[in-house]
Amino acid sequence: MSKFILHRFLSLIPTLLGISILVFFMIHMIPGDPAEMMLGERASEQSLKELREDLGLDKPLYVQYGLFMARLFRGDLGRAYKTNEKITTEIAERFPATIELSIAAIIIATIFGMAAGIISATKQYSIFDYTSMVFSLIGVSMPIFWLGLVLMIIFSLNLGWLPLSGRLSYHINLETVTRIYLLDSILSQNWPAFKDALWHLIMPAFTLSTIPMAIIARITRSSMLEVLRQDYIRTAKAKGLGPVVVYLKHGLKNALIPVITVIGLQFGILMGGAILTETIFAWPGIGKWILDAVYARDFNAVQGGTMLVATTFVLINMLVDILYAWVNPRIKVS
Amino acid sequence: MTTTAAPLKNSAAEAEKSYGPLTEALLRLRKNKIAVAGIIIISLFLVMALFSQWIAPHDPLAQSLYDKLKPPVWDEGGSWSYPLGTDDFGRDLLSRIIYGSRISMLVGIVAVSISLFFGTLAGAVAGFYGGKIDNIIMRLMDILLAFPSILLAIVIVAFLGPSLRNAMIAIGVVSIPRYARIVRGSVLEEYAKDYVQAARALGAGDVRLIFIHILPNCLAPLIVQTTLGFASAILEAAALSFLGLGAQPPTPEWGAMLANGRALILRAWWAVTFPGLMILLAVLGFNLLGDGLRDALDPRLRE
Repeated sequence: MSKFILHRFLSLIPTLLGISILVFFMIHMIPGDPAEMMLGERASEQSLKELREDLGLDKPLYVQYGLFMARLFRGDLGRAYKTNEKITTEIAERFPATIELSIAAIIIATIFGMAAGIISATKQYSIFDYTSMVFSLIGVSMPIFWLGLVLMIIFSLNLGWLPLSGRLSYHINLETVTRIYLLDSILSQNWPAFKDALWHLIMPAFTLSTIPMAIIARITRSSMLEVLRQDYIRTAKAKGLGPVVVYLKHGLKNALIPVITVIGLQFGILMGGAILTETIFAWPGIGKWILDAVYARDFNAVQGGTMLVATTFVLINMLVDILYAWVNPRIKVS
Repeated sequence: MTTTAAPLKNSAAEAEKSYGPLTEALLRLRKNKIAVAGIIIISLFLVMALFSQWIAPHDPLAQSLYDKLKPPVWDEGGSWSYPLGTDDFGRDLLSRIIYGSRISMLVGIVAVSISLFFGTLAGAVAGFYGGKIDNIIMRLMDILLAFPSILLAIVIVAFLGPSLRNAMIAIGVVSIPRYARIVRGSVLEEYAKDYVQAARALGAGDVRLIFIHILPNCLAPLIVQTTLGFASAILEAAALSFLGLGAQPPTPEWGAMLANGRALILRAWWAVTFPGLMILLAVLGFNLLGDGLRDALDPRLRE
């Protein structure tokens, strides 16, 4: 097992190196002069030159990449042009918001997706099975940026049940430690803030959970169906065990491996997919921050944010692999 | 993959009824309700796309200042001249949606062609030659896969500059690894088989071996992926346009229309609802067909 973990860790190196090269070269994909793209056509020759020097664009490519990597290792991603704030600081401020949203979404997706999948499998070809499969087919096809808007129309504008956007109402004060508001409000026992943060979280989290929920439901169903066909399930039933024990203890436990893998992979995708959800609900996370940097043509910030999200994504996938090997000892180092 | 399904044609009784793999797959497909539903939805969109100028009641770009923000016909104040209502420029929503199908189908075709072409090429070369070449190509694919696809597409467009053309390129590039992986796997599997070695012994060159002998036998998973690829291409293009990084206004593209509708969310629910519904339906159609094709083309995966 430790050999597997070590192997998996080492395989990160070329991937991360590749990511850094790709991210580095992005700025050279810009047609024309990146400095001019960032400052606009009316920028003075002097400021253009300064920016070029600042970005290191006047040096040979390999030197540029070397500088880029050296900075990366020092944990320095440069400064965001708009705010002149360190990119690492800006990211650190916003990352917890994305984590809170993604975790909430994956929890919702797991609970409802697995429940639907289990019931569908145990009652195959029932009305519930058909309904939940139709819903999951629709779910995987869902343009979540649209779903978010529709939910807003229904639950905020028409019914007025949930706040339209943001993370916290203006009149609520919350001392932030972790910047994960639900956690912070629990730590400071600030219950009005907890309720307010939770109310703000519901719609974006549900929106973001749609696609993984559908995928989890489908994989749980098919994995359960496969297991329920096994002889030992029949044996368990024949022994007179109740359905809960048969389905959950004997069935679900053995059907879990592919489900866990999918949940892990989906969680990684969520961190990237949060861009759309965050944009719609004005959720101040890393996705919206990257997009704002895109709009502001702050390529430095885009590079930094992309590097971070890709690294997180790769790390999560590695953890999923390790978890997978742990629950399924038959997997060997390939 | 251990055993390959041995053809049942050997038995005499089966030989009479066998139609060849393609017809058989089509017959299976016809029995698959999900696939049929998908085909019907896709056909509707194709008809809309091909005959937009005859079906659409109005010019999708024509503005009518007197008819701004008209609700759909069944709502109070709606009229039959604008069945789904109008937007803030008085443009007919129905006509824009109909023309929008054109762009979405085009996006699907272009983006999928890019990823299909480069993915197949990369996968075939990697699987066929193996060794170092394989290693390099697949490492490259791993790197592309190390980004959440929508993020990578956004970033590519950000650097290339926002336009529908660049969005199609970005979406195409992002999906290359999916095709490369499928083709590489199939090529590896087929390459070991006797018929390939026989063809080689007969003097077939590499290109002939890959394209004439091996690839046609890898088609099933590729067709499934291509169909599903249409679904994700349409979805991602709509997302990019929604973010202002794809089709630019006043192009009647569903995602862009949705972005415009977002600003009207308080006044015109229809401007938000209908374009999104179209995206959902089109994506659903291709996903349904892809699922059905998987069942029909690859009996090994059937339940």
